[in-house]
Amino acid sequence: MIRYVIRRLLAAVLMLFVVSVVTFAIFFLVPRLAGATADDMASRYAGKTANAAQLHELAQKLGFLDPIYAQYGRFAKAILLGADYNTGPVTVHCPAPCFGYSFLTQNPVWPDLTDRLAVTVSLAIGAAILWAVSGVAVGLLSALRKGSIFDRSAMAIALAGVSLPIFFTGLLSLAIFSYKLHWTAPGGAYTPFTQNPMQWAHDLLLPWVTLAFLFSAAYARLTRAGMLETMGEDYIRTARAKGLPERTVVFRHGLRAAVTPILTIFGLDLGLLLGGAILTESTYSLPGIGKYAVDAIVSNDLPKVLGVTLVGAFFIIFANLVVDLLYAVIDPRVRLA
Amino acid sequence: MAAFNAAVGHVYNPSTKKGGTLRFASTGDWDSLDPADTYYGFSWDFIRLYGRSLTMFAPKPGADGLKLVPDLAESLGVPSDGGKTWTYKIRKGVKFEDGSAITSKDVKYAVERSLDKDTFVNGPTYFNDFLDLQGYTSPYKDSDPNKLGLKAIDTPDDQTIVFHLKSAFGGFDYFAMLPSTIPVPAAKDTGTKYKEHVVSSGPYMFQTNNLGKNFTMVRNPNWDAASDPNRAALPDKIEVALNTNADDVDNRLLANDLDVAVEGTGVQAATQGKILSNPDQKKNADSASLARLWFSVINADVAPLDNIHCRKAIEYAVDHEGYQRAYGGPVGGGDIATNLLPPQIPGAQKIDLYNFGSKPNGDVDSAKQELQQCGQPNGFETNVSYRAERPKEKATAESMQQALQRVGIKLNLKAFPQGDYAKLYAGKPDYAKNNKLGIIIYGWGADWPDGFGFLQQIVDSRVIRAAGGNTNLGIKLPAVDQLIDKALTTTDASARNPIWGEIDKTVMENAEALPGVWAKVLLYRPTTLTNVYVNDGLGGFYDYAWMGVK
Repeated sequence: MIRYVIRRLLAAVLMLFVVSVVTFAIFFLVPRLAGATADDMASRYAGKTANAAQLHELAQKLGFLDPIYAQYGRFAKAILLGADYNTGPVTVHCPAPCFGYSFLTQNPVWPDLTDRLAVTVSLAIGAAILWAVSGVAVGLLSALRKGSIFDRSAMAIALAGVSLPIFFTGLLSLAIFSYKLHWTAPGGAYTPFTQNPMQWAHDLLLPWVTLAFLFSAAYARLTRAGMLETMGEDYIRTARAKGLPERTVVFRHGLRAAVTPILTIFGLDLGLLLGGAILTESTYSLPGIGKYAVDAIVSNDLPKVLGVTLVGAFFIIFANLVVDLLYAVIDPRVRLA
Repeated sequence: MAAFNAAVGHVYNPSTKKGGTLRFASTGDWDSLDPADTYYGFSWDFIRLYGRSLTMFAPKPGADGLKLVPDLAESLGVPSDGGKTWTYKIRKGVKFEDGSAITSKDVKYAVERSLDKDTFVNGPTYFNDFLDLQGYTSPYKDSDPNKLGLKAIDTPDDQTIVFHLKSAFGGFDYFAMLPSTIPVPAAKDTGTKYKEHVVSSGPYMFQTNNLGKNFTMVRNPNWDAASDPNRAALPDKIEVALNTNADDVDNRLLANDLDVAVEGTGVQAATQGKILSNPDQKKNADSASLARLWFSVINADVAPLDNIHCRKAIEYAVDHEGYQRAYGGPVGGGDIATNLLPPQIPGAQKIDLYNFGSKPNGDVDSAKQELQQCGQPNGFETNVSYRAERPKEKATAESMQQALQRVGIKLNLKAFPQGDYAKLYAGKPDYAKNNKLGIIIYGWGADWPDGFGFLQQIVDSRVIRAAGGNTNLGIKLPAVDQLIDKALTTTDASARNPIWGEIDKTVMENAEALPGVWAKVLLYRPTTLTNVYVNDGLGGFYDYAWMGVK
């Protein structure tokens, strides 16, 4: 088992390295291959009045004149060892892990990322708990009462949940609960948990419910299908024949088996969301990783885009790793694969 | 009284009541809060809440706001040496937020650091271009112990500051209005980090500043209203939320949950329709004129447009209402432009040489006559370029294509990426010529509303760079260049302004520019606000230094 874990960990690190190289190449190498000069690259970060000499000087300052491998080397070195940046009168140190320095806002990327991570984690974890509990509960009830009015209406609502995009349900919920009823802060807000836990939950309630609505629908449908299949298995019939109470049959024998694939998907969904719930954060103006990514892309701030991509990749790889390890615990055959 | 356009040309809801919190939101972020590093129009408006430049636009509604008044200085600049030297005296008793006195050296240092375009990439370069720098680049590379080594600025005493220019410039008071002259105490300068805590010289100072997210400002205890006739400073607190969802900003404005959309770019298209069709909302809206022109260059480098009559044929044949519709109609888009200078700019004259006013859908007969004289009686074929990311420019190109077809001129549409439009394509003279870009769709906004700020960069042939990256996309008229030189050296504004009108007329007579729309935006003013007016000097924004809340 330990060898398996080490192997998976090494693979995860290698994967992150590959992602960083590919992402770096997309933003810094591909434009050069397409014919952009170092000065062209710098022009995105120069003011609108910069002349050729100023552009060239800026290109030098930002390191665009160096060969691409040297640029990547500098980027990787900063992550491991930190880097120094000149602000004019003083030099500031960006301690490791220094995920680059924004050319536009003149700020290191890493503190921005950690700062915004709190928002995204708050959003993702809260919503995940809501959708996992409600999705599995509804799916379970639907499966047990197959064909009932509850089953049919729950599945219809679930279908709506899967089909309606966040920017629709989000804006609708804002229109009703925020602008009309004034139950929540206008247009979304965020208060750090450490500052005021009640306010934190109050601010995030609407985004949680909206996000959970989308995901729980899928989980309800998955749980229902899984349960229907499991409850038809021979061992369930055997359990019932042994005289076990129905509760034990459903929860210990039925749900436990049905929920395994759902756990896998849950891990991946959560990993994806931790990398930034772009639509939810944009709709509710939450200053999280997803919103940060959008703003970085719109303003063409490459070091930020690079940083956010790596953080996103980290969470997805990490979630995959956790799922893989959990699988190995559940199913020993995986360890040998 | 709330009414449509109540804050255009008048003060809506005048008040002297102090207190409350003024809430701003932006869908994006500032370029920078640092006075040396900002070029956004709304920033030049907002910055007056925490900084005082030597001069500023008069805090008055409508055209009265176009006049410059002294701000940190006691009076407007005094020219000498034929306009090559300009002297200002700093007001007595003005202080920074920490209580230290503001001197002429703080202004000099502020201008010096703004010259460093390596460190502050965003700001304008007027001081770089006009001061007699003698090789000076930056206070950060200055061997002078006080970092005041720039010889182009003298500070003979703590109150006096003297600017020495390379060549005479009559409109220097406009440069003195730039945020670069807002004083910066050298001891507190942290370069690119200074924007995290700009030391206030205005009525408000920073309380919190979460870059990219939000900031709050509170009253500056060391600001003295007696030294500042230009700001009402009504609210006790100012809150600004950044990177807010655009729909959300509109909805919050309509629900009185937000006071001002700070960017001043107007409500979204969908909200505009909603407001205009609802009288209760329309009465709280203003259609503000911007000092901005949507226009096209008729490229005389491309045959047969090297013949003035062929260019005039285009002027006549275009559907001007079609151009206006492409930009969103009269309220959200703007008025049909008949010449380059927007009417609110001093010196602008209404010039309508090609019957735009009387024949808003084009004058087909006159166009055909011009084609005859050009030797192309059956029309000709050429290309029209526009920025691919801008649907309004595409709609303009399509409207032109249809209208010109009526006289036999065949237009092919050519879209180019916005980021490289001026650099590699339409703004690169040999590319435009070789690829026969006969009509180049473009737009231009003034840094400040005067003839120099608006016209010089788009009609002076000497600013055209062969390497691309141009603002003048092909207007090359020696008569215009001569008139510009004359305007630059005229220090008396009343004599200078008509020259810019003359320049405008010369360009139109030569038919090298096709005016489209003088831009307007629809601003929404929540009923929570007091003292609201659009300041023409600021380029069509509400005057943020004068606003209050109920």
